[in-house]
Amino acid sequence: MAISLNLNGQTHQVEAEPGTPLLWVIRDELKLTGTKFGCGVAACGACTVHLDGAPVRSCQTYVEDAEGAEITTIEGLDSKVSKAVQDAWVELDVVQCGYCQSGQIMSAVGLLSENARPTVEEIDDYMDGNACRCATYQRIRAAIQRASEMMEA
Amino acid sequence: MTLDPSRRGFLASAAAAAAVLYVGVRPNGALAAGAAPAQLNPFVKISADGTVTAIVKHFEKGQGPATGLTTLIAEELGVSMEDIRYEFAPSDAARYANLAFGQMQGTGGSTAMANSFMQYRQAGAAAREMLIKAAAEAWGADAAGLSLEDGIITGAGQSAPIAEFVAAAARMEAPAEPRLKDPSAFRLIGNPQVKRKDSLPKTNGTAKFAMDLHLPGQMVAVILRSPRMGGLASGFDDTGAKAVKGYIRAAVLPNQAGVAVYAENTWAAFQAREAITVDWDVSNAEHRSSDQIREELLAAVNAEPEFNVTGADHAATTEQIAGAAQVVEQTFYFPLLAHAPMEPLTCTIEADADGGVTLHDGCQFPSGPHMALAQIFQLPMDKVRINTMFAGGSFGRRATPTADYQVEAALAFALTDRTRPVKLVWSREDDITGGYYRPAVAHRVRVGLDAEGNIAGWDHRIAAQSILKGTAFESMMVHGGVDHSSVEGVADTPYRIPGQFTGLTDVAKATSVLWWRSVGHTHTAYVMEVMMDEAARAAGRDPVEFRLALLEGGGADQQRLAGVLKLAAEKGGWGSAPEGRSQGIAVHKSFGSYVAELVEISGSAGDGVKIEKVTCAVDCGIAVNPDVVKAQMEGGIGYGLGHAMRNQITLTEGVVDQSNFPDYEPLRIGDIGAIEVHIVPSAEMPTGVGEPGTPPAAPALANAIAADGPRVTELPMALNGVSFA
Repeated sequence: MAISLNLNGQTHQVEAEPGTPLLWVIRDELKLTGTKFGCGVAACGACTVHLDGAPVRSCQTYVEDAEGAEITTIEGLDSKVSKAVQDAWVELDVVQCGYCQSGQIMSAVGLLSENARPTVEEIDDYMDGNACRCATYQRIRAAIQRASEMMEA
Repeated sequence: MTLDPSRRGFLASAAAAAAVLYVGVRPNGALAAGAAPAQLNPFVKISADGTVTAIVKHFEKGQGPATGLTTLIAEELGVSMEDIRYEFAPSDAARYANLAFGQMQGTGGSTAMANSFMQYRQAGAAAREMLIKAAAEAWGADAAGLSLEDGIITGAGQSAPIAEFVAAAARMEAPAEPRLKDPSAFRLIGNPQVKRKDSLPKTNGTAKFAMDLHLPGQMVAVILRSPRMGGLASGFDDTGAKAVKGYIRAAVLPNQAGVAVYAENTWAAFQAREAITVDWDVSNAEHRSSDQIREELLAAVNAEPEFNVTGADHAATTEQIAGAAQVVEQTFYFPLLAHAPMEPLTCTIEADADGGVTLHDGCQFPSGPHMALAQIFQLPMDKVRINTMFAGGSFGRRATPTADYQVEAALAFALTDRTRPVKLVWSREDDITGGYYRPAVAHRVRVGLDAEGNIAGWDHRIAAQSILKGTAFESMMVHGGVDHSSVEGVADTPYRIPGQFTGLTDVAKATSVLWWRSVGHTHTAYVMEVMMDEAARAAGRDPVEFRLALLEGGGADQQRLAGVLKLAAEKGGWGSAPEGRSQGIAVHKSFGSYVAELVEISGSAGDGVKIEKVTCAVDCGIAVNPDVVKAQMEGGIGYGLGHAMRNQITLTEGVVDQSNFPDYEPLRIGDIGAIEVHIVPSAEMPTGVGEPGTPPAAPALANAIAADGPRVTELPMALNGVSFA
């Protein structure tokens, strides 16, 4: 079926079978590969994108359900919050292998957009669904706190 | 005469097309330089416009060589970290051999920095000397009076960027022994302010992993494998798959290990695979369950060992323990573990115009797949190319002695007409059920203590599935029947243990097994450090003091181990835990590095343990990039703790019980409160950091739990009496 997607501020016409995960349309059809495939069952968060500003797991979001929503991927981040998060990530050298980090950043932007000054517990709760096999969690936590500071500046 | 600026620009660009300075080594290891890449695969290349590029021979899975090896070039050459780029090396075992592996190019054993440290510095230093010599000749000056810093050559009253001297330097012979910087002059090596080179692309989504490759016309292939380990495909029915849009076809792999399912895209390949049924011949497949494997291993450690690892007098040890004032005894069991790197395994193969093939891969061990592909496609070695991309983690999984997934891709490609690139994709389920696990292992240890609480004898028996027997590494790592990777960390412990006997029994493999971050140390450190605590407790002595006593009077090995133990104890506040908290400590040497970790927990095994804080001390020689060293300790600790807490792979009649993250639950952000890493200042040669952070983590946690709770001798902890908050 033909589906119209509003992704990163642009309209894309794609052909996809109903029930196709948004993840695979983003990666294989639109060739935006910053959004990662990690588990396919919404257990790792590597595929996190925003639908109307809220983080969702794109591997468990049917493409037809994303029609009409504003979809944002890591490539389309462009806000005060996202800039602070990405700057903090670089400042603290959070990444190791880096494969999960797009998803981590999409979730972190979601958190700070809802709650500009999260506590450690709130960070841990919100980021619980984003796995990092390199265990960069310390730095993720610190970078979210740092981004929170940057947003106030 | 006045220069026409446009004319000058033309000259510069003409030169840019012509002259590039390459510095690398000949196959005999001697430094070499030249103006064309065909002459040698270099470690550094400098374009006519002065752009410096480090050619990194180790793949980047997050452990930091893209930063570290680039730093070595930048330091000796005299450019800033902002002004140097990096590329991953092509496959060329002659030039890019891992000096720790012989004539093989590959990454593993935490050797990347240790084997590159002098080599890359020398290449950078040679390039600096050549550029300075070229400047000296151009200026009619004495080279000794010139210096190169931040890409600018200065001296004799002149100053110019290196770009101006690239063409002249490219015509020179490389100096045989360039003068290296004195460590006191280092500006980048050891500088905690030096940033990772790969942070930005990994933060904005532009970093390209093998999973991200889209070649024009590519097909996606997934493999339908036998649910039972070792089953062979004899035929299939793909009627259902034909209804999947984008499904192309399926074919039994030549080795019958599975059915390759081809589709236009990844989702179609996954969907089609679901709709195919296969006739499996399981007559030679694995039929055992992990309970049986466990019983076999435990029986083996309770019998006379097959091998006496160090040639120690077993009878004497038995006698010393028999005559001891008290005996401390424990039996341990470690389950199979999957590596589960974040990026599922994947690689792409395409045909080249000259009849060769290119493998695009987050390639950990290029020499392996290089040879395998040459054999499969009946190609000369120079017609097989490898494009190494970022790897989304590995923990050992991407380096198999069989080049397993690259061979799968090659077989899948070989079954096509080879006009379309084939991208092999593993799902997470393929990964978790796909074998190549950390072997299951059992230990049994009996420690005799004399009346003063000193060790009188230590009888240590290990039963394991050998990782290296039957592989190309057997001749290097198996001696007298003993697979060193089964006993490392016990047989070669720096502790000066009186009457130590180490026995090993090999137990047949139930699945394919593989090195897993820190290899044998994953279990040997746990057993050694738990037994140290058990012995100290029985002797009524402080665990730190007890360990230090066993290191006293030793050489550098003992002193360095004692050094990190004391540092972790001091920084972590050993013995002064806040109310309601317990501490545990462990120290271990692996891959040439010394690491101690102090774990502080709250809660209890019954109500839920929470890991509040881990304090780590590491001695890895010169810390080329201190922040990367810290990051590797943080990650190694997380990897060790997460698996010890709750992970295992089990089999029921040869079928793996787990399938994805919900039943192979990764460490999560809330699992560890804080990690603090302290690096011991050192002038020793750099040693590994990718793995050594892992071994002490689990025993330190076990010791913290046992301080006021149960002693866990079987992993994972969550299934053996410990709940976590």
